[in-house]
Amino acid sequence: MPELLEVENCVLAYDDIPVVKQVSFALETGSIGCLLGPSGCGKTTLLRAIAGFELLRSGEIRLRGQVVSHSGWALPPEQRRVGMVFQDFALFPHLTVAGNIAFGLRHLSERERRTRVRELLELVGMPGYASVYPHQLSGGQQQRIAVARAIAPRPELLLLDEPFSSMDAELREQLAREVRAILKQEAITAILVTHDQYEAFAMADEIGVINQGRLMQWDSGYNLYHRPANRFVADFIGQGAIITGEVLNDQHVNSELGIIPGRIPEGCVPGCKVDLLVRPDDIQHDDESELQARVVEKAFRGAEFLYTLELHSGTRVLCFAPSHHDHAIGESIGIRMEIDHLVMFRQERQTAS
Amino acid sequence: MNSTTTQTVPATSSRQHWLSSGWRAGVLLVALIVALPVLTVFSFVFEPAGEVWRHLAATVLQDYVVNSLLLMLGVGAGTLLLGVSTAWVTTTCEFPGRRVFEWALLLPMAIPAYIIAYTYTGLLDFAGPVQTGLRELTGWGYGDYWFPQIRSLGGAVVMLSLVLYPYVYLLTRAAFLEQSVCVLEVSRTLGASPWRTFSRVALPLARPAVITGLSLALMETLADYGTVQYFGVDTFTTGIFRTWFGLGDPGAAAQLSALLMSFVFVLILLERWSRRQARYHHTTSRYRSLPRHRLRGWQLPVGVLVCLVPLLFGFLVPAGQLLAWALRTAPEMLGVEFLQLTWHSLILAGSAALIALLLGLFMAYGKRLHGNWLVQGAVRIAGMGYAVPGTVIAVGVMIPFAAFDNTLDGWMRAQFGVSTGLLLSGTLAALLFAYTVRFLAVSLQTVEAGLGKIRLSMDDAARSMGYRPGEVLRRVHMPIMRGSLLTAVLLVFVDVLKELPATLILRPFNFNTLAVRAYELASDERLADAASASLAIVLAGIIPVILLSRSIAHSRPGHA
Repeated sequence: MPELLEVENCVLAYDDIPVVKQVSFALETGSIGCLLGPSGCGKTTLLRAIAGFELLRSGEIRLRGQVVSHSGWALPPEQRRVGMVFQDFALFPHLTVAGNIAFGLRHLSERERRTRVRELLELVGMPGYASVYPHQLSGGQQQRIAVARAIAPRPELLLLDEPFSSMDAELREQLAREVRAILKQEAITAILVTHDQYEAFAMADEIGVINQGRLMQWDSGYNLYHRPANRFVADFIGQGAIITGEVLNDQHVNSELGIIPGRIPEGCVPGCKVDLLVRPDDIQHDDESELQARVVEKAFRGAEFLYTLELHSGTRVLCFAPSHHDHAIGESIGIRMEIDHLVMFRQERQTAS
Repeated sequence: MNSTTTQTVPATSSRQHWLSSGWRAGVLLVALIVALPVLTVFSFVFEPAGEVWRHLAATVLQDYVVNSLLLMLGVGAGTLLLGVSTAWVTTTCEFPGRRVFEWALLLPMAIPAYIIAYTYTGLLDFAGPVQTGLRELTGWGYGDYWFPQIRSLGGAVVMLSLVLYPYVYLLTRAAFLEQSVCVLEVSRTLGASPWRTFSRVALPLARPAVITGLSLALMETLADYGTVQYFGVDTFTTGIFRTWFGLGDPGAAAQLSALLMSFVFVLILLERWSRRQARYHHTTSRYRSLPRHRLRGWQLPVGVLVCLVPLLFGFLVPAGQLLAWALRTAPEMLGVEFLQLTWHSLILAGSAALIALLLGLFMAYGKRLHGNWLVQGAVRIAGMGYAVPGTVIAVGVMIPFAAFDNTLDGWMRAQFGVSTGLLLSGTLAALLFAYTVRFLAVSLQTVEAGLGKIRLSMDDAARSMGYRPGEVLRRVHMPIMRGSLLTAVLLVFVDVLKELPATLILRPFNFNTLAVRAYELASDERLADAASASLAIVLAGIIPVILLSRSIAHSRPGHA
């Protein structure tokens, strides 16, 4: 199956300051991708380049195998059949909801247009709103209309620029799942830009983590969490702590938490220092265990406590414990490693020397 | 070297580049032309002081400065008193007629100061209805009683305050309405009474807006020519006229203008400063309309009176007097001459409004599409003209235009023996140029406000739905902007219709407008005959008042 979207070695810059550096990825028809990264990492710029609003310095963007952008040239956005949902929704204030949705449907006859508008209002669950003006809608409703308007002309690719950022935190994931359901139902290929990983997990099939203009990893949410390709991804996705260990043999590392199995980074010989990524679910609370750690912080999460524990060396790790294990701050509790496989990175100090 | 930075620039982006730099250059050019009168006036600061200037400095200059300052002081106090009290009563109190007062209090804006000045002169002078009535009532004769002299500095203060207080009212009222109700409720929970909440929280919060309104009113005061001239109060504007036309010294007139401009700059700085303060004064964006206090007992007549007095004396009485005069004199005044005056006024105001609109669009789009710090600075300069008194603009236009005409005429005569005469000065071109300088700000502000409603993402959204840039302009920008463009045209149109000093100086020989004719007739003490033209101007002046009150009603916070 050919890829719908191919981004190859793309470089983008503002006034000669590069903001996107040599980014490459591809997206299959029907799947939902996500560009995830901290604000200012270049993800929105890249999305705008895919839409045709920004010129590439070098590299190439292909849609269905056809080049739509190469260095210094871009097919105008109106000729790309790429829909876009904007952060501020950009609904036209002078048009009704129906007028907004029909805006991109001028190639259709009046009757077809009306049918399509009705279809979409149904799809986003707002059938009674055709003649309402945007300012009369709530934020969540505006958002749905913005999605409906963008997918009305059946674009080959839908781009969503931080579409949930103006929503309440509780609403975001729910809306993300709703929009995902709509896109899947319509078999629309889409790319989402966000800085919120839970939004990304809720919506996307494949996620690209971007930092300072570089694509750090392009993978599923599961793999980003469990098999981060580098320390940035390990830090950025999920919670966790980094502890130091020493390679024992080609499968085991010795650390403060005991001997731990894991995949040894390439080029690491026994005796080599490594950083281990320890997730809160890797450490189990066990009163029987000899391994002790002191509680320095605790946060009640309902079903469980998230403890911040300090090991003898002063290193801190996180630990989830069922909420009936209520320990006071300062108390020492027993912990046990509950892992079959740990992510580790070669220490940077070492590679530098 | 990185290969990506040495890419050759392809054709599409090079065309874009030329468009962009061409547009920027155009914006800078417009700003420069708009700044020309003020630059001209200031260039004379460095000229050695001539005989006339020394004469002025020794005799009347002190009067000009003192009178202008006293006028500003008086009008400042008057507009603050009327503007803040009416704004307070209409926003925090509930009483019968409040809704009508809310917009009716803007009506005095429709009357130019010089028109209200001679209307009250007609009402209050010895032969006027007030004194005649008083004599009939009491049986007094001439010299038996004292009556305040309206044609005085004090009279000018009252006249200007009556028509300029709406600036303070408008901005103060908006500030009260925009105040977060939370802040006011916090004050109540901390144990402050409603009155104390108003004086200690609401009023200090509104201070930046009050100062902005005040500085606008004071700019108009400094720019006034008709009132002070008619009342015989020597200020800068009358001084500039006399120096140019009486003493025949453009250089000294320009130097006086520069001095006047330095007063204006202080006001501009004051206004800018208070606007900046205003930004820090907004803490939350949660609005709810203020709970109104219902006036009862003795409070009711006091509240009504606070609103009624400015409306009565600022609009109803003078407009009624004008109407009475106009009805009496209409048969003889409404002839061919009146039609011609109206035609002249309409043509001038219409052309100026169109020019201002087109330039405003050019500048505003330049800033939106190709904005950098240079373009933004240029747009800001182009918007400063509203602060420059018409008299100063006239001087600043006349001097370079006359110099150009003389130079060209001399050169043509020397080369070809043909006299080109006056090509620019004394023509409608000079007049339209002056109007553009003064009123570009009005259209620019309105166009920018309209354009601000169209977020950049809306352009992108339309593009991504298959519309070319030209179609985006037609299908998205035009429908959203239409109201703002119409407002811009109307506002400039009415401002030009009312404008007096620049028209008086720059108009072609024997070319009269409604404003000029009304002023001339009034100066000849033919007050009743001036009423028809004045009434036409006042009626036109009501248009922007309606627009303003409508936009107030629509922009009420709390209605997302």
